[in-house]
Amino acid sequence: MQLFHCPFCGQRDETEFHFGGEAGNIRPDGADVTSERWASYLYLRDNPKGAVREVWVHMTCGEFFVMARDSVSHHVASTTSLDCAEHAQ
Amino acid sequence: MTRRYSALSLIKEGLAGQKGWQPAWRSPEPKKNYDAVIIGGGGHGLATAYYLARTHGISNIAVLEKGWIGGGNTGRNTTVVRSNYYYPESVAIYGLAHRLYEGLSKELNYNVMLSQRGMVFLCHSIGEMEIGARTVNAMQINGVDAEMFSVDDVRRVAPALNFAPDARYPVFGGVWQGRAGTARHDAVAWGYARAASALGVDIIQNCEVSDFIIEGGRCRGVQTSRGTIRTDRIGMAVAGHSSVLAAKAGFRLPINSYALQACVSEPVKPILDTVVLSPGTGVYVSQSDKGEIVIGGALDRTPSYGQRGNLPTLENVISGLLEMFPAFGQLKLMRQWAGIVDVVPDSSPIIGESPLPGLFLNCGWGTGGFKAIPAGGTLLANLLATGKHNDISRPFDLDRFVTGRLLDEAAGSGIAH
Amino acid sequence: MTAMRLASGGSAIDRARPVTFSFDGRTVSGFAGDTIASALLANDVAVVARSFKYHRPRGIWGAGVEEPNALVDVSGSVAVTPNTRATTEPAVEGMAARSVNAQPNAASDRNAFIDRFARFIPAAFYYKTFMWPDWHLFEPRIRAVAGLGAVDRDWQSPGPADQLNRHCDLLVVGAGPAGLAAARLAATAGQSVMLVDDQPAPGGSLRHRASEIDGKPASLWIDETVAAIAQHGGLVLSSTTAFGIYDHNLVGLNQRHGDGRPDTLWRVRPRRIVLAAGAIERPLPFANNDLPGIMSADAALSYLRRHAVLVGKRVVVATNNDSAYEVAGALAGAGADVTLIDMRKDALPRLPGGVRLVAGRLIASARGKMRVEGVTLDDGTLLDADCVAVSGGWTPTIHLFCQARGKLAWSEQRAAFLPGDPVEGIAVAGAAATGIVPLSEAFESAASAVAADANEATPRSTGAEATGGVMAAWPIPGAKGRVWIDYQNDVTAKDVELAARENFISVEHLKRYTTLGMATDQGKTSNLAGLALMGAVTGRTVPEVGTTTYRPPFTPVPLASFVGVRTGELMSPVRRLPIENAHRQQGAVFQEYGGWLRPAHYGADADRAIQDEARRARQSVALFDGSTLGKIEVMGPKAAEFVDFIYYNTMSTLKPGRCRYGFMLSENGVVFDDGILVRLGVNRFVVSCSSSHVASVHARLEEWRQDRFGRDAVYIHNATAEMATLTVSGPNSRTLLSALDLGLSLDDAELPHMAIGEGRFEQDPVRVARVSFTGDRSYEVSIRADRAERLWARMHEAGKALDAVTIGLEALMILRAEKGYIVIGKDTDGTTMPHDLGVEGPRSKRAGEYVGRRSLFTDVAVSGSRQQLVGLAVAPGEQALATGAHGITREGGRIKSQGFVTSSYFSPTLDRPIALGLIERGASRHGETIDIQHLGMLRRATITAPCAFDASGARLNA
Repeated sequence: MQLFHCPFCGQRDETEFHFGGEAGNIRPDGADVTSERWASYLYLRDNPKGAVREVWVHMTCGEFFVMARDSVSHHVASTTSLDCAEHAQ
Repeated sequence: MTRRYSALSLIKEGLAGQKGWQPAWRSPEPKKNYDAVIIGGGGHGLATAYYLARTHGISNIAVLEKGWIGGGNTGRNTTVVRSNYYYPESVAIYGLAHRLYEGLSKELNYNVMLSQRGMVFLCHSIGEMEIGARTVNAMQINGVDAEMFSVDDVRRVAPALNFAPDARYPVFGGVWQGRAGTARHDAVAWGYARAASALGVDIIQNCEVSDFIIEGGRCRGVQTSRGTIRTDRIGMAVAGHSSVLAAKAGFRLPINSYALQACVSEPVKPILDTVVLSPGTGVYVSQSDKGEIVIGGALDRTPSYGQRGNLPTLENVISGLLEMFPAFGQLKLMRQWAGIVDVVPDSSPIIGESPLPGLFLNCGWGTGGFKAIPAGGTLLANLLATGKHNDISRPFDLDRFVTGRLLDEAAGSGIAH
Repeated sequence: MTAMRLASGGSAIDRARPVTFSFDGRTVSGFAGDTIASALLANDVAVVARSFKYHRPRGIWGAGVEEPNALVDVSGSVAVTPNTRATTEPAVEGMAARSVNAQPNAASDRNAFIDRFARFIPAAFYYKTFMWPDWHLFEPRIRAVAGLGAVDRDWQSPGPADQLNRHCDLLVVGAGPAGLAAARLAATAGQSVMLVDDQPAPGGSLRHRASEIDGKPASLWIDETVAAIAQHGGLVLSSTTAFGIYDHNLVGLNQRHGDGRPDTLWRVRPRRIVLAAGAIERPLPFANNDLPGIMSADAALSYLRRHAVLVGKRVVVATNNDSAYEVAGALAGAGADVTLIDMRKDALPRLPGGVRLVAGRLIASARGKMRVEGVTLDDGTLLDADCVAVSGGWTPTIHLFCQARGKLAWSEQRAAFLPGDPVEGIAVAGAAATGIVPLSEAFESAASAVAADANEATPRSTGAEATGGVMAAWPIPGAKGRVWIDYQNDVTAKDVELAARENFISVEHLKRYTTLGMATDQGKTSNLAGLALMGAVTGRTVPEVGTTTYRPPFTPVPLASFVGVRTGELMSPVRRLPIENAHRQQGAVFQEYGGWLRPAHYGADADRAIQDEARRARQSVALFDGSTLGKIEVMGPKAAEFVDFIYYNTMSTLKPGRCRYGFMLSENGVVFDDGILVRLGVNRFVVSCSSSHVASVHARLEEWRQDRFGRDAVYIHNATAEMATLTVSGPNSRTLLSALDLGLSLDDAELPHMAIGEGRFEQDPVRVARVSFTGDRSYEVSIRADRAERLWARMHEAGKALDAVTIGLEALMILRAEKGYIVIGKDTDGTTMPHDLGVEGPRSKRAGEYVGRRSLFTDVAVSGSRQQLVGLAVAPGEQALATGAHGITREGGRIKSQGFVTSSYFSPTLDRPIALGLIERGASRHGETIDIQHLGMLRRATITAPCAFDASGARLNA
């Protein structure tokens, strides 16, 4: 059982969280986006072994946040609230 | 010196103290050049080498394994072999694997113990029975030996199940494949390794690929922990670590890596003859020939490369198991482990040339790679030998993520891999 | 062996409380405090089980969790458990123990003949044979003899296991000298401490090894220490095994109660962990070293001092280390004739009185059939013996350290793997850290493990100290006879050599090829000898060979411990309607739909009830509980922009007070959900989503809100559970509703189809939405969930005069299918896009961005062969099609699916079957007749428009 730190609620069991996706996967808008670019957004992932930055949601409070952790040791380096300004178009 | 395996050779060797057996495979030093190199000494990589040598006559090849052969997902899965799939493309690939499995022990002269005791996929409601019917019809149309089972049929093949009408997941019936079953996972890797080695394939263990040699936009070889190896054709079959190698080759894959946990109970006398899968509990269970109850469950919640068991997943899986088989409440857990699987958005494999010319992919098998080993090997060998897809591998090319022609079994049948 | 109970002594047993139980049908007597094993020894039972493969007779090896041989199935006065270790299971009055893997019993097993063919069936022989004619010919017989204990098919659970969570500053695993010292130091320093030990009482080796601490006998020091820990708030648990360390240092414990109660699972979250689990004694490698009567020297001492059982009259003690000297002396002191064989020549400890020493010699082989009768030394000397107590050195118990990703370092001096670089939050102390060392060193390591300076609180060893000298004694390649390494799985030295010969030289291959270490003991006594021999055969050192991976659990844990109360509905709770009781009183038959328990129909005769409900619903008025429909409120300054992005359909043009039907897509363009969007005000909407999708729709809304719009722009509130929704549908629905006096106009001009009104039922506000899933005039009335039962009752009262019918979900499914209305996930699959359902407009016309938009223009989305929603009609008089049947075509002699039947019913109103399906290019094939295949049977059906009833929609306003 891992412990993740929700930026809003504090330390909680992993069972309260859901993996959202890799951080920084920006959605391309518009009908003229190429098929390749769209497929890249939808499907392609870095999936690194070691240090990762991911978007997670704490299901009990509904807040999304960014977690930096290690995908091998499962050590959590940091969790930070999702910066809306950064992600809003 | 005894090379051929048989009851007779066992008796002969028995009288001679079992001293005449040859190494199952050679362990030569790696050469500087090969006609083809396969990265990954699991079932898929070893099968690829075997079929390249046997079918295509290309035997100046090497299999590079970073640890010991069969040590990845080949040695960590729950050993189920089946081909009960919904889409014709899936049936073609898993059906090929299933047919090859049926002749594998004799072909390799290695008993992989394919045990076709059947598998039932339970239905827990009228709605699930309807989806079951949809699936069975699709399978029958595609030539799979699927049957719709009534609750009495299920009771006949798995009497220890919980048939109480007020069970949390009552049994309404199921989807049956009689040819499904299990095989001895390690033996599949060892059998292919032995047969490939006998055909001249070099199996190089403890040889980790650290980088690709890229010249003129093509892949020309690999740097390894045991030196530089040059070749113009590289196949990669490193389930669980596909993205890691892809990054070294300069491209990304539609894959997330997750730990899939499994566990076994202590060995007990026969109590469960078939493979049982329940969509309600998510539990996949069979009993090995040794008597252990072999239990698989859902993926962990966390993308991971850590090959470790975890408590919350284990608790969920075991809860589901005891809901299905209340009498298993008297058993004890003996061992728990995890394998790292390539999870692809449509849960179908990726087979084809990679964005780096000269490097061919066999990855993305999710939780279902073991059952496909003979097909994965056949198809990757064909790609390495000819540079081209055949009809079976073409639908599984990476380009399906651009065209949108995904092969999502769960989307079609409601039944995941 | 002629083992016996001594007339006095035994620190663990209570002679005032005799215990009688049966073993293989024979009566065994013992005392409270005995284990099954100690009682069997006291009754001189030599053969207690049969080995897995060759069915060799096996006796008791150890006195603890490492036991490879003495497995029994236990039943009777305690919970039934197969494969129970006799060495750890308390003897309980009336229990029945049965040897595993033996028929009819361990003493005379009918499969014992297999051992005579052993030379032909070495390790992994099965990979080399049984291929012709077919494995299936042999497998059933092999399965029948495999397995150890037997499962009782009629087993009843004794109740749920407790599962407890606990936080502490320090968890100490192992209550031997080091663990007790560490726990006491930490507790007295003010830390919250938990000390766990797998034996019935704390003390570990102090319970049977002579020692004096702080000037007191060890037993007194143990009691004082436990009391001191408890006095400072610490918790000490005996019979409790720490079986696994998981991510972020969560430790799993399994506590046994020994009284028939299920075990308890503890999930402990300590700040720091001290592992002080001691060490496990290994066998010595010599031919026939598996004979009953050959046992661990330390176990022999433990049985003597704890249970007053003398394991033999004429005992050979064989050793490679100092620890057996105390054993030899104690056995001699208890009256046994003892010969001590030490493979070492010099630097030997002082010889205890009454013991004959043969130094510099090894046992070459043991002899005997069903029990050991003597040994032959490497110089040919023959010695008679009824018991051989051996010590092949000690393996530190570092399983948990390795589970926590700790790396090991090989110590040539200790002949053992020891913990290497420290793991964060974990310290190792005592014999687990250093191998067997003098007691004073164990205390020092305990003090450093808790980072305490050696001070007055640190215990001191004040008696004569045992020494820890050892000389490695590994199996030697090419040794004569059958030298057993893994007792339970019947792996011999020759098997290891065979594996090497065949290139299975990796330690993991060795394990898998020979099954060494894969038995229920997971190789606690055997792994090191196996890999040392592999090293010797292949010219590698022990650390070069390395160890296999240590996996949880340390010892087998009951599956029931992991389950706790999570059985039945508590494993996966169903969602329940606020007025479930009212439905039950009306005779509702419930089924689970998408996680909700809902009335399928009312009355026991399902087919008749469903048809009756569906027919009557069209005749006058129907009442239906639609409370499960999602009610997710979307509010804020950008709410309109938000719903435009979320929905496939343009929603911002909707006027307040009005409703619109729409699709939500996934980013891959597939229809994820459908439903009604209500606009309550300029900046306020209610998303009404499918019952089974409420949680996932809510999560998607939140994700887009936070990722794209921002917290201040939109706010989302899931009100699904707060409100019940009761639906009135049918030609007389308005009449019924009027009778409820809801205080709003039901005039069609003021409340037209797809509009909402606000009213009041008694004192509570209600929202009335005029939307329809039946095709008839319908009103959905939403009210506080806790007042819904009253409203439901009033609706029924008002409905009496109108011949109102209460309908379940099955009848509703018929009504909506008559209209061609879809259910997402039933009439669509994971590939269905909106244009497959005939909703093409937004795709071709909408300019703004929305979820899934780009995916509607991929190659596959614009393909001409997509499966599209259709109706399917059968010839008059025929039965309904089977849901799940496939439409087929024939191409070059092969049949091919062209889609399938998604919904199929008999319509009582139309008096004929109706069906919906997804059929390739179906929208352009109306009128075409196709073949439909179901379970091998063929039928014909004609493709039609999805709507089979009231195509003009006149009934919505009738």
